[in-house]
Amino acid sequence: MSAAPAYSEDKGGSAGPGEAEYGHDPASGGIFSSDYKRHDDLKEMLDTNKDSLKLEAMKRIVAMIARGKNASDLFPAVVKNVACKNIEVKKLVYVYLVRYAEEQQDLALLSISTFQRGLKDPNQLIRASALRVLSSIRVPIIVPIMMLAIKEAASDMSPYVRKTAAHAIPKLYSLDSDQKDQLIEVIEKLLADKTTLVAGSVVMAFEEVCPERIDLIHKNYRKLCNLLIDVEEWGQVVIISMLTRYARTQFLSPTQNESLLEENPEKAFYGSEDDEAKGPGSEEAAAAALPTRKPYVMDPDHRLLLRNTKPLLQSRSAAVVMAVAQLYFHLAPKAEVGVIAKALVRLLRSHSEVQYVVLQNVATMSIKRRGMFEPYLKSFYIRSTDPTQIKILKLEVLTNLANETNIPTVLREFQTYIRSMDKDFVAATIQAIGRCATNIGRVRDTCLNGLVQLLSNRDELVVAESVVVIKKLLQMQPAQHGEIIKHLAKLTDNIQVPMARASILWLIGEYCEHVPRIAPDVLRKMAKSFTAEEDIVKLQVINLAAKLYLTNSKQTKLLTQYVLSLAKYDQNYDIRDRARFTRQLIVPSEQGGALSRHAKKLFLAPKPAPVLESSFKDRDHFQLGSLSHLLNAKATGYQELPDWPEEAPDPSVRNVEEEDLSLIETHVGLLGEYTKVPEWTKCSNREKRKEKEKPFYSDSEGESGPTESADSDPESESESDSKSSSESGSGESSSESDNEDQDEDEEKGRSSESEQSEEEGEKKKMKKRKKVPEGQREGSSSDEGSDSSSSSSESEMTSDTEEEQVEPASWRKKTPPSGKSAPAPKEISLLDLEDFTPPSVQPVSPPMVVSTSLAADLEGLTLTDSPLVPSLLSPVSGAGRQELLHRVAGEGLAVDYTFSRQPFSGDPHMVSVHIHFSNSSDTPIKGLHVGTPKLPAGISIQEFPEIESLSPGESTTAIMGINFCDSTQAANFQLCTQTRQFYVSIQPPVGELMAPVFMSENEFKKEQGKLTGMNEITEKLTLPDASRSDHVVVQKVTATANLGRVPCGTSDEYRFAGRTLTSGSLVLLTLDARPTGAAQLTVNSEKMVIGTMLVKDVVQALTQ
Amino acid sequence: MIHSLFLINSSGDIFLEKHWKSVVSRSVCDYFFEAQERATEAENVPPVIPTPHHYLLSVYRHKIFFVAVIQTEVPPLFVIEFLHRVVDTFQDYFGVCSEPVIKDNVVVVYEVLEEMLDNGFPLATESNILKELIKPPTILRTVVNTITGSTNVGDQLPTGQLSVVPWRRTGVKYTNNEAYFDVVEEIDAIIDKSGSTITAEIQGVIDACVKLTGMPDLTLSFMNPRLLDDVSFHPCVRFKRWESERILSFIPPDGNFRLLSYHVSAQNLVAIPVYVKHNISFRDSSSLGRFEITVGPKQTMGKTIEGVIVTSQMPKGVLNMSLSPSQGTHTFDPVTKMLSWDVGKINPQKLPSLKGTVSLQAGASRPDENPTINLQFKIQQLAISGLKVNRLDMYGEKYKPFKGIKYMTKAGKFQVRT
Repeated sequence: MSAAPAYSEDKGGSAGPGEAEYGHDPASGGIFSSDYKRHDDLKEMLDTNKDSLKLEAMKRIVAMIARGKNASDLFPAVVKNVACKNIEVKKLVYVYLVRYAEEQQDLALLSISTFQRGLKDPNQLIRASALRVLSSIRVPIIVPIMMLAIKEAASDMSPYVRKTAAHAIPKLYSLDSDQKDQLIEVIEKLLADKTTLVAGSVVMAFEEVCPERIDLIHKNYRKLCNLLIDVEEWGQVVIISMLTRYARTQFLSPTQNESLLEENPEKAFYGSEDDEAKGPGSEEAAAAALPTRKPYVMDPDHRLLLRNTKPLLQSRSAAVVMAVAQLYFHLAPKAEVGVIAKALVRLLRSHSEVQYVVLQNVATMSIKRRGMFEPYLKSFYIRSTDPTQIKILKLEVLTNLANETNIPTVLREFQTYIRSMDKDFVAATIQAIGRCATNIGRVRDTCLNGLVQLLSNRDELVVAESVVVIKKLLQMQPAQHGEIIKHLAKLTDNIQVPMARASILWLIGEYCEHVPRIAPDVLRKMAKSFTAEEDIVKLQVINLAAKLYLTNSKQTKLLTQYVLSLAKYDQNYDIRDRARFTRQLIVPSEQGGALSRHAKKLFLAPKPAPVLESSFKDRDHFQLGSLSHLLNAKATGYQELPDWPEEAPDPSVRNVEEEDLSLIETHVGLLGEYTKVPEWTKCSNREKRKEKEKPFYSDSEGESGPTESADSDPESESESDSKSSSESGSGESSSESDNEDQDEDEEKGRSSESEQSEEEGEKKKMKKRKKVPEGQREGSSSDEGSDSSSSSSESEMTSDTEEEQVEPASWRKKTPPSGKSAPAPKEISLLDLEDFTPPSVQPVSPPMVVSTSLAADLEGLTLTDSPLVPSLLSPVSGAGRQELLHRVAGEGLAVDYTFSRQPFSGDPHMVSVHIHFSNSSDTPIKGLHVGTPKLPAGISIQEFPEIESLSPGESTTAIMGINFCDSTQAANFQLCTQTRQFYVSIQPPVGELMAPVFMSENEFKKEQGKLTGMNEITEKLTLPDASRSDHVVVQKVTATANLGRVPCGTSDEYRFAGRTLTSGSLVLLTLDARPTGAAQLTVNSEKMVIGTMLVKDVVQALTQ
Repeated sequence: MIHSLFLINSSGDIFLEKHWKSVVSRSVCDYFFEAQERATEAENVPPVIPTPHHYLLSVYRHKIFFVAVIQTEVPPLFVIEFLHRVVDTFQDYFGVCSEPVIKDNVVVVYEVLEEMLDNGFPLATESNILKELIKPPTILRTVVNTITGSTNVGDQLPTGQLSVVPWRRTGVKYTNNEAYFDVVEEIDAIIDKSGSTITAEIQGVIDACVKLTGMPDLTLSFMNPRLLDDVSFHPCVRFKRWESERILSFIPPDGNFRLLSYHVSAQNLVAIPVYVKHNISFRDSSSLGRFEITVGPKQTMGKTIEGVIVTSQMPKGVLNMSLSPSQGTHTFDPVTKMLSWDVGKINPQKLPSLKGTVSLQAGASRPDENPTINLQFKIQQLAISGLKVNRLDMYGEKYKPFKGIKYMTKAGKFQVRT
């Protein structure tokens, strides 16, 4: 290890003992004591309190590991630092632990508790890294702990942790394969995961643990196909090769019924656009068609796979391109396989290792599908700078590609190769010429002549190789080539390469009647040098002698006997055997007479010409791109590529019921209508979605101008379709175009407003917009004072309760592309006229404030507080619509939120917040989800399910829950789209932190009695004239705070009650209003802060 | 998948080993050394070597063998691609990837390798993410670290892996926002003895250096996108947009990356910018041969050809060469028989030439092969295919970035057969 001084770590350490280490290797033994001393030094450093010393020590230890030195005796000292605060030390300790834990199992157990603690950490990255290290420690004792951790992590909220869980599965499996059944359960669960992050890893786990459980894939097949394009590269490779196997078991061969093939794939292609819409129907039709076999219709799922993998041919990763190429080779109909050629040829520009693998595969493919690579013939031309192994593979491909038309160019090219300096390559070229000659009859003579010319080459290897090839060629038509044989006979004097000599002898023997004069002479010469020849040559001499004896015994009898006697005493038993055998056959004797009569038949039987074939023939029974294919031998763990089934298995197994998928629930409006959109139909696959969402998508595309118009895709058709139908003014599509128009109007309204707000100052990003439209000021009280006043971006949207109710409904209407709401013809004309007028006013239903108080009045009668009641009681969606993200800041994505005041389904402590997204840009927004929140202590967020895509002009609503922990601190989080992240924050008005409770007057009084003193806050105020009526007061109070009204005996006293969401403390509000206008507001609550703020808010609301 | 990785230098020392699963003894490399011996040159070592219990997959770059040990079936390209990615990452981290550099930074190397694979399956291979996890060493940081005792490991937990744009790190800030794109085209050609083109292709890449604050969304459009016949993209490019509009739309990774590589359709005849006149002859009778090469410009579109280097592997029989160039310098290595002539710029008025004699081994027969001439050259401010970038727009951020586009044409594998 003379290189040791190069390690700066060694030099960096405290001098003395470090120096001693130079120059000896622990492996060399003997110097163990000094080694030991140095480790003492490291131990000391590890035991100090200084992180820098620890780090130094760890660095040196890791450097030792990297060089392959043994550092296991430091285990106890290192493991102590597993809980070190310094991140780098910690990481290096992990590295050490993973490396040596297997050897020191008992001590390794000391570290387990640290990781177990890490598994519970609120930070997903810490959870993931704890699981990663825990599962990497190969200690069998902790298998149950690992199992538990994996199971827990598999249902973690964070996809990153789930990914780590998927990675941990094969680790556990290799540690203890008895856990297989349980692991399969986890795999099954993770396979259902719909995030791209998890998909690749879990398929990897699937391939390692249970590749035979193909049935687990059925339900996830379509999802995987659709996710594929967004999975990271390594995952793509694994998924594609797994899907290749899957498809081979589930679909019929596309190459059967060749003749019908030409049109059917096309049909299937266009048909498949709507097969999701048609659902199982079309599949049943396909299934019905299958047993009859005619005509062959490709399963739409088969098509889906082919269609979704095709764009990946453009990947930068050679592995992905190769994976797609093999998928197409094994699965696609013949007519479509061609697309992969271009991509594979591109890979030939890459590193030589990549070229090597790709060329191996191209060689196999080019035997089966020659036409595919023919246009790229020149790309396989060989450069003198290519490494030999690449040259030989290119030659193989060129030979495979040679045909009648291109053979002249190929041969000319070969001619230059023959003059190369690389002799191995020249030999391979000669072989290749031989193969071309046998395959293409037309050029056989040319090739033969060329090869004969090579016989005069000065390089012996070249000559020898030529002889061997000529021999093979001559065997095909020996009669005309007496001259060549004579020429070869002359060469025996010079050529020393045994294989070439043997070939010449064999040729002369075989065709001795063509050269009757020369043959005996050659035998004479050979007999002379017999003892000095190589074994294969000796055998051929015997062979020649026997053949000559049979045809020309007069001249050669003695020679033959001489050769046979020499051979009889040869050192090699093979030769001795052959001599004995030959003698018995050809020399008539007493016993062997029967056989010798047939000797001529035996020796001079016409022999079939050899077939020169590629060594790559039949390699395609291995899956292309696999290690086994490359080695042409089955590698460990290779999964056979199954043959196509005779009868297609039931395709309906891949049908997924909507319930099975996790749905995006768009819970809109108070009626509790759910629009369920199966996730995978809104999949992220770009191509597919475009097709699928065509009906409403294409319209906006039209608007976006000429960008798409050049596109000759089928969608231009449908675009015009929808347009024409909208003109006719009937049917669903017309209502949809209504919505478009409405959107447009709204957008104008918004944009005009945004201009205004931009004038006000650039710095307002998402909040702090002081702009209360007149109407709104009238109708409502903004709860947080004027500075963060509600700023509903649509001016028509006052925070009038009932209008709020209407509003979501209209949102709802826009969300689905083909809303069922009957289109009002009147509206069309209206909107058409108003195309350039300011925003149209939403229809306002008469105020129904009554309902609130009425319900409150009725409350006394209800006995149960069923979950229905709260929604009836507080239909008020909090403080109007607040802006979360302005559409300018959000690049077209506008986000508003309202407090829906409904109990959040997941967690009763959470405030349910409705988030309305609308996309006013002209591109779809993808992958809307909540990013890493940065939350103050105690506040937690239940994220809404990711919205896969929001098309231009579309709006949608999602619900998220926030546990504000009874404080008005803002919840800050990131709103992420696929491309952007926006920092947003939601700050709740204090009134939203509570939920109404229902109690009788007596109960109220009783509770109020308990909450006096510090817990009681009183404020005097004067009610303005406008808000002296019952209705107004009740409405204003309930608008400000989410409280339930408590029935009250006296007419001018109002009582409201609620509980804070997190702690459940009571909040009691009493308003004593005198007819004069003077009033007293009392709030009783354990939470004094909340009480104080509530008083302030309510007073403000009432006095406005 | 990948069990272990061994780094072996050209003299056959294993100078780094890393195991992601149970430890595989380094004696497994003996099989590799055997194969290395069999293959005379480093580049001829087969990339896949089967051994009784393992398979060794290797790549050879920067005079280092990166040997991965695997045990079960795995697509070989998967491993090879990964190994190349490792090398690229090292290069990205340390500027160069060589044995001394790796040895100097062995801890960082180890940390990076640890993050790149989990149980042998790639985990974080994007350079942007890795750099968030483990900061690349710089001189400044090394100094600071020694003084303050801080570390190379990122103190923040990386969020890049969780984001929807995994190739870009978050919170990027620059005072000068700039985006540079280099369109580099390479001509691959084989020219035969008589000067006619046997095969010529243009391969191009667009390398980008983007240093922009925040999350910019860029679009790049071409004047003549139809030229591009076959393309492969960085994962950040939106494929559908390209399909439909032939516009590159992407959120760039931070720093240097290869945005696109392309192949220009074969129908367009390739303009070959240089020609080589050569006269190399060996005579049977004497041990001297004649050697003469002249390089001249052909279709250069008015640009100068720079950085011309002519190399040629002479036959084994050549003992020495006595040559005199009209410009530039030349060297001949009598051991490897490699002739190299650094020409520099080509002046069309006075064509550079190299003339002289070749002395052959006495008594040896005339070599029957003529050497191939390899050519390197550069032409600035020209994309030989005629590809032009139309415009670059940025969305999503408010500042005005500085944009720059540079064109260059280079010789790829450019060979002249003699």
